[in-house]
Formats: sequence, C-alpha cells, structure tokens
Amino acid sequence: MSDMSTRETVMPGTAPGEDLLIEVTGDGDFQTADMQLSIGPAHPATHGVFRIILEMDGERVVDAHPVIGYMHRGFEKLAEHRDYRQIMALVNRHDWLSGFSNEMGVALAVERMLEMEVPERAQWIRMLIAEWNRILNHLMFTGSFALELGAITPMFYAFREREDIQHMLESATGGRLHFTYNQVGGLKIDLPKGFLRRSAELSAITRARLQDYKDLVLGSDIFQARTVGIGPLSTDVALSYGVSGPTLQATGIPEDSRVTEPYLKYGEIDVPVPVGENGDSFDRFYCLLHRIEASLDVIDQIHDHMPSGPVNVKLPKQVKAPEGATYVRTENPLGQLGYWLESDGGRTPWRLKMRTPSFSNVAVMPHLLRGTLVPDAISVLGSVFFVVGDIDR
Amino acid sequence: MSIAEMANAAAGLAQFSPAPSLLEIGDSFWLSAVLKIAVVLAVFFVVPLVVGYMEHKVMGHQQARLGPMEAGPHGSLQLVADGIKFIQKEDLIPSAADKWVFAIAPGVAMVPAILIFLVLPLGPGIWGVDFELGLFYALAVGSVTTLGILMGGWASANKFSLIGGLRAAAQLIAYELPLILAGIAVALQAGTLSLVGIVEAQSTFFIPGTEINLWYLFPQILGFGIFFIAAMAELARPPFDMPIADSELVFGYMTEYTGIKYAMYMLTEYAGMVSMSALMVVLYLGGWQLLPGVPMPGCGGSGNIFDCNALGVGLGVAVTLGKIMLLTFLMVWARTTYPRLREDQLQRFSWLVLVPLSLLNLAIIAVAKGVF
Repeated sequence: MSDMSTRETVMPGTAPGEDLLIEVTGDGDFQTADMQLSIGPAHPATHGVFRIILEMDGERVVDAHPVIGYMHRGFEKLAEHRDYRQIMALVNRHDWLSGFSNEMGVALAVERMLEMEVPERAQWIRMLIAEWNRILNHLMFTGSFALELGAITPMFYAFREREDIQHMLESATGGRLHFTYNQVGGLKIDLPKGFLRRSAELSAITRARLQDYKDLVLGSDIFQARTVGIGPLSTDVALSYGVSGPTLQATGIPEDSRVTEPYLKYGEIDVPVPVGENGDSFDRFYCLLHRIEASLDVIDQIHDHMPSGPVNVKLPKQVKAPEGATYVRTENPLGQLGYWLESDGGRTPWRLKMRTPSFSNVAVMPHLLRGTLVPDAISVLGSVFFVVGDIDR
Repeated sequence: MSIAEMANAAAGLAQFSPAPSLLEIGDSFWLSAVLKIAVVLAVFFVVPLVVGYMEHKVMGHQQARLGPMEAGPHGSLQLVADGIKFIQKEDLIPSAADKWVFAIAPGVAMVPAILIFLVLPLGPGIWGVDFELGLFYALAVGSVTTLGILMGGWASANKFSLIGGLRAAAQLIAYELPLILAGIAVALQAGTLSLVGIVEAQSTFFIPGTEINLWYLFPQILGFGIFFIAAMAELARPPFDMPIADSELVFGYMTEYTGIKYAMYMLTEYAGMVSMSALMVVLYLGGWQLLPGVPMPGCGGSGNIFDCNALGVGLGVAVTLGKIMLLTFLMVWARTTYPRLREDQLQRFSWLVLVPLSLLNLAIIAVAKGVF
C-alpha cells in the first residue's frame, strides 16, 4: 500500500496569485473523482452547434476537449463544383456574420489571378460595406458576450443598432446577412441615392451609442470582476496557434492585414488598431469594442475619399481563372481569413482552401480553459470570438 | 404557562397579545380560517402575476422594445396565457431521475412561499395571524424553499441541475446570515418580533420633540441595503442568479422540469420577490403608512394607523402593494443592468462584506438603543 505521510500540494486558486495550499494524505493527488460535463452541441453559451467536453473537479475545469464538425457543410468541396459567380453566394455563408468580407476575399483572389483592374469606386465601396459588415459582426459579439456573463440588456441594444445598419445595407445589396454584392471585377450595382448620407448619419449615431456600451459593460465593476485576468493568452501561445483578430490584438500585437499588408485602398487611409496588454477576456472584449470605433473612423475617411465612376467591368459570359494559384488574406471581422485558390483554367476552382479565423481561435481554447472555473470558462468561451459555421466550413 | 410567557415574565416584559385581524368572522374559527386562506391564496396567486407583468413591461422598455403586446390589452394577460400553456404541457420525468423526490420538489419549494403570506400585514387588520415570533417565522419558513430547490437539483439526475442545486444551497447559507442579522437589528429597535408590532413601533418612533414619526429606513439605511441585497441573493435574482445561470448551467436546477412543475418553481420565485418585498415594507418602510408624519385618511387619530374604517383599510392595502411594486421594480432594474457575479465572488461578497457590515449595523443599533 501507499505511504500515508502527509505532504503539501498546490491547487490553483480562484484568481491568479491566490493558489491554495492543501495538505494531502496518502498517495496521488487530491483524491476526488473528476466529472465530465458535455457543454453543447446545443447549449446556450456555444451560440451554434459547438461542443466542448469539460473534465471537472467540482467547478474547476481540469481539461477541455473541443469537439468540432457538427456543422460541417463541405464548403471547400462544394466550391469545386460552382463557378465563380455561384461561389459568391456560397462563401458568404461559412461565417454568416461576415458575409460581405468573405465574398470580397474570393473576388480579390480571382481578380488577382486574372490581373484585372477593378474600378476605383468599386474598391472604395467594397471597403465601406466591409467596414459596416465588421461593425455588424462586432455588435453581435458585444451583445452575446455580455449575455453570456448574465447581462441581458446589451444584446437588445446591439440588435437595435444592427437593425439600422442592416436596413441601410439592404437598400444597397438586397440582403441583410448574405449580401452577395460582390462579383469578379467589382460590384453588382452602384450604391442607391442617399446611401452615403445615411451612412454618415449612422456612423455618427453608432459612435454616440458606443459610449453606452463602454459605460455600461466595459465600465461595470461586475463585468470587470468577471473578465480581468480570466483566460490570459500569452503572445507566444497566440502566435503558435495562429490566433488572429481581436483575440490576437488583445495580447498586444497590432497585427491587422489592413495595415501590415494593405489590400484595396486601405493603404491610402489611416486604420487604427486597438491592442490589449494581458490577452485576458477583458482585453479581448476591449479590442472588439474599440475595433467598432476604429471601423467608424475608417468609414468616415472612406466618405471623404469616395470617387465617382463605374463599379464593375464588363465580364465575359463565363469567368475563368487562368491556370495557377494564389493566396489572398484579408482582415475579416473575426481575424485573418485566407483563401488559397488553385485553378486549372476551368470555370470552377480546382481547389479552394479556406483558412478561417474561428478555427484557429477555437484551437487555443483547451489551453485557455485549463484551471478555470465553469463561469470563467463561459467568460473565455464568449470572448474568443468565433462563428461555428466558420470553424467547420 | 408557555415557555415564551415564562421568559417574558422573567424578563419583566408585558404579555404579548396578538393584534386582532379584520379577517376574523365573529367567533367562528372555521369561517375565519377559510377567509384567511382565501385571502392568502389570492395574494399568492395574483400579486406575483402583476409583478411578473410589470417585469415584462419594465424590461421591455428598458431594453428598447415593447414587451408582450398580444395577449390582452398591452399584453396584460400574457402570464395567464403562459400559465394555461404550462398546464397543457407534457409532464416529463427523466428516466434516471429519483421520481418521488423529483415530483414533490417543486411543491416543497412552493408551499413555504405560500405560508409566509400568513403573517405579512398588508394593511390595517389585513393579516392572517399576528405571531409573536412573526419575523422569525417569516425568515425560517422562507429558507425551506431552498430545500425544494436542492431536492429538484439532486433528483433530476442531470449534471447541470446538480451544480445549480448545490450553488443554490451554498448561496442560501451565505446570505441567510446577513439577512437575519439585518432583521435582528430591526427587531432590536422595535422591541418585538411581531411584524404588526414592528409596524406599530415605526408609527410611534418620533423625531424627538416633534409629532413626525420615522420609518426604520432612516436610522437603518445600511441594514435596508444589506437586507435588499441579501434578499435578492436568497431569491437567486440577477445579478445573483448563479443557481440558474442560463448561459452556464442551461437552466440550473430547473433544467429537467417542464409544464406545471416548472411553473411552480417560477411562481415560487415571483412570490418570493413579493414576500421579501412585503417583509422589507414592514421592516423598513413603515408598513401601510402613506408618508411619515402624515395622518392616514380614514384612520382615527393623528399618528394612529390601526383604528381605520373601510377607506383607511383600502388605502392601507393599496399603499403596501404600491411599496411592494416599488421594491420589485428595483429588483427588475438590477436584473436589466448588471452582469452575473461568479459563485466564489458571491460567497466572498457575503462573508467579507455583508456579514461584517450587518454586524456593524447591529452594534450601532444596539448602542443607540441603549443610549436613547
């Protein structure tokens, strides 16, 4: 049998630096049976069909195993059987909160392979809509993260803002979620009359209302108690997992493709990139909220630059990308989105590989969850922003 | 001679004589009992519905939406419609559940919530019984509800329910103490545990040299704050809703409950809001008195709020209900404003902040009582 001498062991405490010293008798560690708790695939905190299995000791998470694939829809394979016009309607569905940014990525890839000159106005409009799309996405996560921490009101406020923005975008694109507004060589149609005026109005309104979120959510003592120091992500770990977007910026790295590798006309304007310090839940949310503000800054600059002219080029009946391959990366709302487009010269891609931000961000989850309490696990789950369709594709 | 009487005699205190209830019909015990039970049940079933409707509407307007609008004028019958829906639902019991415990748990939670209303004075003469130990009774019976919650959580054979039930038990233990300590300070100042006696004591607690009486809210504002926070935690109302925590535990101890059993839990929560608010009205807000120092219309004498005619009784009940609405409104407001605390933060807040503060409050009241 084991020796019954006592020794001391350290259990992780409730906050960093508050570890508990426990005296243990007998062999092995603290002798309790771990409980397996399966969160998801249908659970309120996973907003979608994401599943995570938690090994728990009491309320403490010992280990976490994300289980993905419940929403695999085979987009990459489907894309091999769709022409480039149809692919636009396909890719705005894998991350349904960033539809416009997704289709823009594919359009950019095809245009790059065709070495096509896209009209100036189309490029600026693409940036404008993409930034509004980013705000839509971030508002959604602002509301849902607060909801996961038990604050129900920000969700409704966020949806009030989203409704106005979606209404405006609908006037230009006809869609509220899946815009399908891009086409190879530009956009389907020009903006309707009054769109830019409405856009400027909404920019001012949204900026004013953003202060409410800062006061009521970011400034709330309970919110800070629930997020500061929770699930800290270090720079090294973030980089090794390929984390991007607000989750990466929260660790202090000002990485943003719009700045580091500008596409469209982002090089001609100033794009603010908010960064955090500790990479904890609070910093992730801080970056998210301030990215909305940054997008509004960008939108205001786009309004000043908007040229006139055509918004698309005349296309052949069937667009065919020449033989070869290219990789386009864009700063999607949730992080870096990459499309590896390989063509054999036919009317469909030979291969369309998607590098989606949600997949890499979720991959780091077990690392973040180990040692947290269940409520903290929810705080981490909600602040590593992901869309389930974007994980599984 | 009962033990209480002997204790009173030893302490040289006057014999406690219960204040008569207006709900007595002549000398008939049975008729009186039926009337009292009818009034208690009516209050138990109707006032929580009104509070629930108020919550729907207040939350709606605070969240830039309308709330229910379809069932009845401005959605006022929404909860009635919900109730009918709950009755029609299939009564599911999980196969792994401890069936008997699972079935009776909502009842165990609900019955104490009804029994509290027996001692709560809602107006002059409108109370079931004037117990000598009224405050003790109300707090003690109210705690039994948690047993029903723990039973439901344990019997569901569901991990989310289990965690929810245990969180509820831990929360009750943590917040019972500040609640009781705050209540003791009131009893100390009033010199009685009878709820009617506490109302009476507040109507005769004058600012020295004037005819204006003071509610205990003013000397015990600290105690009121402690009691209010602890009451919200006892009821598991947001921001203290860790036992339910829908984004973590699905629906906590209620996860496996459907239909009428689920409705019983919900009714318990809302009746708890009403009874805790009514208790705060009695302890801190002068019961059915309209305003301190203002004579009640329909009641005899300048400061007298007991000897009332029909107008005075009606007004008294309306004032009590109005104050209950005000307090429940504050609870709803807190729900729309704050995120949820974490379980350990909640425990820390109780033991390290509320308990010392309530002891301080008790000490202040005790010293003040001795000095004045």
